[in-house]
Amino acid sequence: MTHTAHFKVWRGDTDGGDLRDYEVEVNDGEVVLDIIHRLQATQAADLAVRWNCKAGKCGSCSAEVNGRPRLMCMTRMSVFEPDETVTVTPLRAFPVIRDLVTDVSFNYDKARQVPAFVPPKGVPAGEYRMQQVDVERSQEFRKCIECFLCQDTCHVVRDHEENKAAFAGPRFLMRIAELDMHPLDAAADQGLVRAASAQEDHGLGYCNITKCCTEVCPEHIQITDNALIPLKERAIDRKYDPLVWLGSRIRRRKE
Amino acid sequence: MTQVERHAYDVVVVGAGGAGLRAAIEARERGMRTAVICKSLFGKAHTVMAEGGIAASMGNVNSHDSWQVHFRDTMRGGKFLNQWRMAELHAKEAPDRVWELETWGALFDRTEDGRISQRNFGGHEYPRLAHVGDRTGLELIRTLQQKIVSLQQEDFAETGDYEAKLKVFQECTVTRVLKDDERSETGAPPDRRSGGKVAGVFGYVRESGRLFVIDAPAVVLATGGIGKSFKVTSNSWEYTGDGHALALLAGAPLINMEFIQFHPTGMVWPPSVKGILVTESVRGDGGVLRNSDGERFMFGYVPDVFKEKYAQSEEEADGWYTDPDNHRRPPELLPRDEVARAINSEVKAGRGTPHGGVFLDVSTRLPAEEIRRRLPSMHHQFKELADVDITAEAMEVGPTCHYMMGGVDVEPDTAAARGVPGLFAAGEVAGGMHGSNRLGGNSLSDLLVFGRRAGLSAAEYASGLGGTRPAAPEEQIDAAAAEALRPFAAGDSADEGPAENPYTLHQELQQVMNDLVGIIRRGPEMEQALERLAVLRERAQRVGVEGHRQFNPGWHLAVDLRNMLLVSECVARAALERTESRGGHTRDDHPGMDRGWRKVNLVCELTDQAQGADARKEALIGLRQRPTDPIRADLLALFDREELLKYLTDEELDR
Ligand code: SF4
Ligand code: SF4
Ligand code: FES
Repeated sequence: MTHTAHFKVWRGDTDGGDLRDYEVEVNDGEVVLDIIHRLQATQAADLAVRWNCKAGKCGSCSAEVNGRPRLMCMTRMSVFEPDETVTVTPLRAFPVIRDLVTDVSFNYDKARQVPAFVPPKGVPAGEYRMQQVDVERSQEFRKCIECFLCQDTCHVVRDHEENKAAFAGPRFLMRIAELDMHPLDAAADQGLVRAASAQEDHGLGYCNITKCCTEVCPEHIQITDNALIPLKERAIDRKYDPLVWLGSRIRRRKE
Repeated sequence: MTQVERHAYDVVVVGAGGAGLRAAIEARERGMRTAVICKSLFGKAHTVMAEGGIAASMGNVNSHDSWQVHFRDTMRGGKFLNQWRMAELHAKEAPDRVWELETWGALFDRTEDGRISQRNFGGHEYPRLAHVGDRTGLELIRTLQQKIVSLQQEDFAETGDYEAKLKVFQECTVTRVLKDDERSETGAPPDRRSGGKVAGVFGYVRESGRLFVIDAPAVVLATGGIGKSFKVTSNSWEYTGDGHALALLAGAPLINMEFIQFHPTGMVWPPSVKGILVTESVRGDGGVLRNSDGERFMFGYVPDVFKEKYAQSEEEADGWYTDPDNHRRPPELLPRDEVARAINSEVKAGRGTPHGGVFLDVSTRLPAEEIRRRLPSMHHQFKELADVDITAEAMEVGPTCHYMMGGVDVEPDTAAARGVPGLFAAGEVAGGMHGSNRLGGNSLSDLLVFGRRAGLSAAEYASGLGGTRPAAPEEQIDAAAAEALRPFAAGDSADEGPAENPYTLHQELQQVMNDLVGIIRRGPEMEQALERLAVLRERAQRVGVEGHRQFNPGWHLAVDLRNMLLVSECVARAALERTESRGGHTRDDHPGMDRGWRKVNLVCELTDQAQGADARKEALIGLRQRPTDPIRADLLALFDREELLKYLTDEELDR
């Protein structure tokens, strides 16, 4: 089954741009990314788009389809009515480079600011022992494909450029939670209380648990319930436990 | 003189998949200023697609496992064409490479006693694959990515600059490896025979179209495979044979290019996802293959060399999942080449599914809950892309072009490309390790073992040079710039003929390779393929693009076409020459495996004509036969003489 669909695709660059109209063929079983590729091959050879795996595994093809942040390779055309106009625009929270390609360096900068896993001292490689139940919590967060849809949708930064410096965004707050829940992470031995630092250094306080990030996550990770809320609880515990709080302050000052 | 951005590093790694990142980590830890260049964003490399696991004989699930058993399985899988020393190093070092990942934060699935869990996979005698559900590749990439970030954090603490010693140039394409070259003074084109040393790389930034040169004495190729030359493939757009072509153009030979693995289980429907991988773990965890008559057909396809190792009846096969010591393995877990050919034959015989595949069923074999837990991304993938619930119905699957066994001819211990000082290769772009067919799970371990070795050797080589570093002559840089920008000028001069559309050329190339040099090959068809490739190559000289240099996908494809055409010619020539069937090379007109051919590697090199700018109809690739290295005696002693006789000639055995 084939029909002709009406697409509006944002074309432009750093100097601005607009929505362009395209009439394009759609076949059974296709996804939005297939249609974008067909446009490239037949009508707009220089239409810029990122993609890699075409199977929802790499997180490259993020864009907004009819205003909703989505992976283009996992958005089937059958979710639209045949006569519905499909509008494809670049992620709104990040600066446009060209067409559907945005500058996502914000996310790579934030990734660098989260202190890495600290291996436990005195446990040689090959001797790590962890129970499945204990790794499962962090494993859920490691399903993240870094599509940055959650980063794009979170209202803290979506239309608030000014919050970007102080706020790591759901993906990287979740990364802190992942390390915090890692059974063998030894950051605490170095004086780093991850949950407290999420609050103090990475802007956890900006999050008011609206769950919009969870809703758009293509991996169905329970970002808010399983990462952000527990992290907030732990941050508060840490803060109001005077001994822990004091300990972390003293160790920090020594650095 | 062309205006280009210029950088200088000690080691440049081309490619940021598992092998590239592991190489970069090693080079940086050895004190080298290291650059990683990748076509995609950091962390998106094709390695994320790997599902099943990393093969390493840790013996956590079955303590009988050892490197010797792993080595044996690898050689059998590759039909003894493997570079034996690589297979040995790989089997010995894989466990350390996996354990090391844990110290960098990786979280594998666990056994009851808290160790890394290991799963069964085709061709592996014991449960051997360390895994995380069915997203092991993602875990591998993320762990290496995060290790790189942690090294950058160390550098930041020390210097105030995250990128002081290790920088990722993302969304950049390398189009040439540069060499110092005595003859270039005379203006002659870079000549592979002059024995020049590596001096750096030339490339462009995809985002801006800016050209750049990185001066560096050591270059590690880690660019992965070539699948995008085929129509039905599990590979991402990045897999255009870049490293294979870069090596050829720099004067390095490739080996084993006739061996391509068609993974037996790719999705066949809907058409837009045709080729996307369905992990082998489905079969490892109990999934079975059936034809349209409902028959478990694999029992009819166990070849003689494997007869003793595989179950003869469904009962025996089913017993194996719970009691492997007293049952033989189900034939669904034969090496991939066998299963792919079997599926192909069933479909040809008219016993295929409505969409031209066979049924892969796990729904009647495991409880729904268990399927969702063990195969979450398969469940997700079929649900979202094909409206199929794999806990309730069978999947439809068929062969898909998956992995290139052939690649750069390297020294086993150092991963150094033969013939080009300063050039190294690791991972899928390197040849030899897997022989004629790779076992599932041996890819991720290969990336880690040889990625590390390549990074190490590159670091040693670069520091060994001291202050005297090879420099690329300006003419080479000018020529590289002209080559990269040529698509913008195509169709300008009247005598050249009309500009060609890169997308059209690419589609035609994929069709030729799929139809004429695909899973089952015939002499006359491959001859035809070579003729069609020559025409495509001639047309590709005129490939033209619209628009400007900022993030222009048409231009990117036009540049990648050169690589795909070169590599496709290697495949077709080598496949035509090898008149036997072995592993990932199946000849309809030469169906048997020939022990004589085991002793031969086919070596592809650029011909002299290919050096001239107007290379058109002539063959660009020359082929020569080279004897394989004799396998060391103590390694041969790991096999029964009877088994060896299936592969090795009597003279080889009596030596
Ligand atoms: S739950 Fe928090 S992080 Fe997620 S979208 Fe809402 S405010 Fe942002
Ligand atoms: S948490 Fe989900 S939405 Fe956010 S980057 Fe990861 S996969 Fe994407
Ligand atoms: S292309 Fe990889 S997630 Fe869409």
